[in-house]
Amino acid sequence: MRSHKPIWGERLKNQVINIICKPYNMIVFSALGSLICLILVPLLLMVKNTFILSATELRRVQGGQIGDVTLYYWKYLLLSKLSGANFFTPLKNSLFIAFFVTIAAVLLGFFLAWLMVRSDIPGKKWLTLGIIIPYMIPSWCKSMAWLAIFRNGRGGSPGFLAGLGFNIPDWLAYGPIAIILCMVLHYYAFTYIMVSSSLRTVNSELEEMGEIQGADKLYVLRKITMPLVMPAVLSSAIMTFSKAIGTYGVAANLGLRISYYTLATKMHDFIGSGSVTVGYCMSILLIFMASGTIFANQIFIGSRKSYETIGGKGNQYSVISLGKVKYPIMLLMGGFLIVAMLIPLFILVMETFQIHTGGGYGLHNLTLYNWIGKLENAKDTVNYPGIFNNNAFIKAVWNTVKLTVIGSTITALCGQLLGYICSRGRGTWYGSLVEQLIFIPYLMPAVAFAAIYLSMFSKSYGPIPSLYGTFTIILLATVVKHFPFASRSGTANMLQIGRSLEEAATIAGASFWKQITRIVIPLAKNGFVSGFLLVFISIAKELDLIILFMTPQNNTLSYLAFQYSKEVMPQMSDAISVVVLFFVMLIYFVTNKLTGADIGKSWG
Amino acid sequence: MSKIELMHIDKFFGNNHVLKDLNLTIEDGDFMTLLGPSGCGKTTTLRIIAGLERPEHGNMLMNGKEIINSEVDYYAEPSKRGLNLVFQSYALWPHMTVYDNIAFGLKIKKLSSAEIKRYVMNALERMRMEEYGKRYPNELSGGQQQRVAIARAIAYSPELLLLDEPLSNLDAKLRIDMRVELKRLHQELGTTIIYVTHDQVEALTMSTKIAVFSKGCLSQLVEPMELYMNPIDLINADFIGNPRINFLDGKACKQGNKLKTYCSLGSYIYDAKDMTDEVTPTGEFNCIFGIRPEQVQIEKEPADGLIAATVYANQLAGSETLVTVHILDSQTGKSDEVLVKQIGIEDYRTGQKIYLKVKPDRFNVYSKESTRLIKYARI
Repeated sequence: MRSHKPIWGERLKNQVINIICKPYNMIVFSALGSLICLILVPLLLMVKNTFILSATELRRVQGGQIGDVTLYYWKYLLLSKLSGANFFTPLKNSLFIAFFVTIAAVLLGFFLAWLMVRSDIPGKKWLTLGIIIPYMIPSWCKSMAWLAIFRNGRGGSPGFLAGLGFNIPDWLAYGPIAIILCMVLHYYAFTYIMVSSSLRTVNSELEEMGEIQGADKLYVLRKITMPLVMPAVLSSAIMTFSKAIGTYGVAANLGLRISYYTLATKMHDFIGSGSVTVGYCMSILLIFMASGTIFANQIFIGSRKSYETIGGKGNQYSVISLGKVKYPIMLLMGGFLIVAMLIPLFILVMETFQIHTGGGYGLHNLTLYNWIGKLENAKDTVNYPGIFNNNAFIKAVWNTVKLTVIGSTITALCGQLLGYICSRGRGTWYGSLVEQLIFIPYLMPAVAFAAIYLSMFSKSYGPIPSLYGTFTIILLATVVKHFPFASRSGTANMLQIGRSLEEAATIAGASFWKQITRIVIPLAKNGFVSGFLLVFISIAKELDLIILFMTPQNNTLSYLAFQYSKEVMPQMSDAISVVVLFFVMLIYFVTNKLTGADIGKSWG
Repeated sequence: MSKIELMHIDKFFGNNHVLKDLNLTIEDGDFMTLLGPSGCGKTTTLRIIAGLERPEHGNMLMNGKEIINSEVDYYAEPSKRGLNLVFQSYALWPHMTVYDNIAFGLKIKKLSSAEIKRYVMNALERMRMEEYGKRYPNELSGGQQQRVAIARAIAYSPELLLLDEPLSNLDAKLRIDMRVELKRLHQELGTTIIYVTHDQVEALTMSTKIAVFSKGCLSQLVEPMELYMNPIDLINADFIGNPRINFLDGKACKQGNKLKTYCSLGSYIYDAKDMTDEVTPTGEFNCIFGIRPEQVQIEKEPADGLIAATVYANQLAGSETLVTVHILDSQTGKSDEVLVKQIGIEDYRTGQKIYLKVKPDRFNVYSKESTRLIKYARI
């Protein structure tokens, strides 16, 4: 029975067989390898590069040589005469914006969530739709809409209000107030989604007990409901803060015209047209701040999270009667949604049909030129064709479709695979390592994440050529940046497939691949489709992540819209925004119809 | 037909030592139940036998053939072990019909479709589920899913059938029906069965042998009635039996080859043949009497050899009556509580004086210090 070979030899043979013959091991191994190469190595390389002197700054460091270890970049950023303008003012602006966005967005989101879940406000169905749809609109589209309304004469294209004869001052049209309001109208959704689901889990028995003890509704709200949903509120506040601090599109679109810089826009400036390495230093600081807040969240909330599991039975939650004020409140809310969401969209769409922006909606000022016009029919000073005759647009459509389709397919597939590893590897070292590695891109603002990739792949490494300016680098960054989201949905999907279903197949003699193809994939299909479409939407909206990679060859729709807006060609940029909006909405409704997927699971 | 030998099995989950030097032999044709509270290692043992877990140390043989040899990191694939498993959750593949669920393993064995059909229908027939082949699992009730899971496991006549708490998701009535079914199946198939449960009634009624697990160790391996009669230590005594066994503090002393004992129910002397090796050889020591509630009878009138007691509470349950009585220990002046099980409906008032008749041969005596059995019960 026992072989006569020495024990260690047989042991080694069996160990090798155990590892080689388990495809699962190979998958885990290659997943870990790829994650380290795609996430950890780029991050560390970028940190390292900020301490290495590069050719561009050679003249500025006396006696320095390329490749020397230097603190020049950090000193330049933090301790030089220009630090104020380059770093501290943008930092102050970023913090200012993030602070007010967080306060306003959380208050708004909480209020809306409470009204929709716990009050008897009439017309809930429509109001919910009105609350959740704006979340699908990319934040940079909102800034376009803002400009369509508030743009003043600067640059020659007045907005809606300026056209009516109002004199819109710069401080209202551009800058912090505009940025904050646009972001609030986007990021309130975090709080809304998190708090409303938390409110739903608060067992009404807890509140009824309070009432039995003699407390009135308001007291119960203050002393029982509020503390129970507090963790959700804090989490969403921190998430909002961390997002707001790193947002590029809105801040650039509304800030750059009056030279109002945030960390994200200043960093982009450095990378685009200054010292790239200083830009990298800034992105490290940005990552540090954004991830710091999220870590703070985990430490802060960690022990209190247990509240959220006080689910109790089903969705039994009582509804609080608003009494006579429920109709006024409904009208107020409806009015707010119309003014804040619907009218801006309407003005944005209408602007695409105007000959002169701000010129009113008289027939003499309406045209389809911006959509389908040809250059030979152009009037006045117009020197571009309508977008459907514009090669740059056609190319951007093609690029966008290519990026979203390929990107979301790869991301969703990887997400399922990583989800499989995370769910099956729970409690093992590799399971938690994979989970932690995947989490890293989530901690980084999109612009900063792009900076890492730019830093890593603008050089060639052995067989890997420089990827600067290629579609590949955009694809790679997009895929990796969406890993956290995709693998979270993948994990949830895989957890639904009980391990014993696979074990039963193992015992029946099915190989690993047979288990995957016959058991796991058929069962994971639905979850995969909804995960895929949500990633798809998220990639289609993306601006912040890809903006650093843009070259004329690989423009996407979102970038083109942003670019036209910068060049003060509002009709064009609006038309492209409308196309993106239409695209996103369409996909969302198809998703919703096909799979019942919830936009609440998507990320902003 | 299968004999399984587990030798020196150690299993860790992280730092958690869940199986500690387990040695267990399961004879061919046994219906072996692994019994114990949750977390005692019984399911892990089953999964090691199935090949779903790999122990860090130890060996396993099936019919003398090496299946696990941890020394050389050899673990036979589950499918090479000639066994099948019924999961606690049933693990029916929800996207396949009942027929396909059962046929899955047969297809992998590359049987012809005619053979597959024969095996599947045979298994379904055995479980009286012939009409349900085209249904999907979610169209079946819990009990029917259970039958399909068993049908899937027995379709290819495994040499060894493993069952992991298969009845725990069923309601009380179905559970009793399925007990009968499983026992019938064991007799018909003649397969060795290993059955994991925390339910002592299932264990006592179905098994030919019971392995009691406690904190990762095998604490007792006996036939069901012997387990009930002579639990090896206080933990097992407490675990087996419903209503629970009575524990009474007492004193014991070995004199010559006799064991002299005392408790509130009186003084008793036992022969050497009743004693285990665990008896403290010299001097008086503390012991605990284990007395099953049905071994005490209540008489209403005093008589010779009866022990006076007072009724404390009376619970009627239809087929039986549970009476809690208090006995005054004349030596210590303390009062002991004893639960008595009477068949049929009996009515006692609280505070009523009654008289207890006991069968001292049926008592278990445990050493208080080692918690081990020192005196066997005899019928």
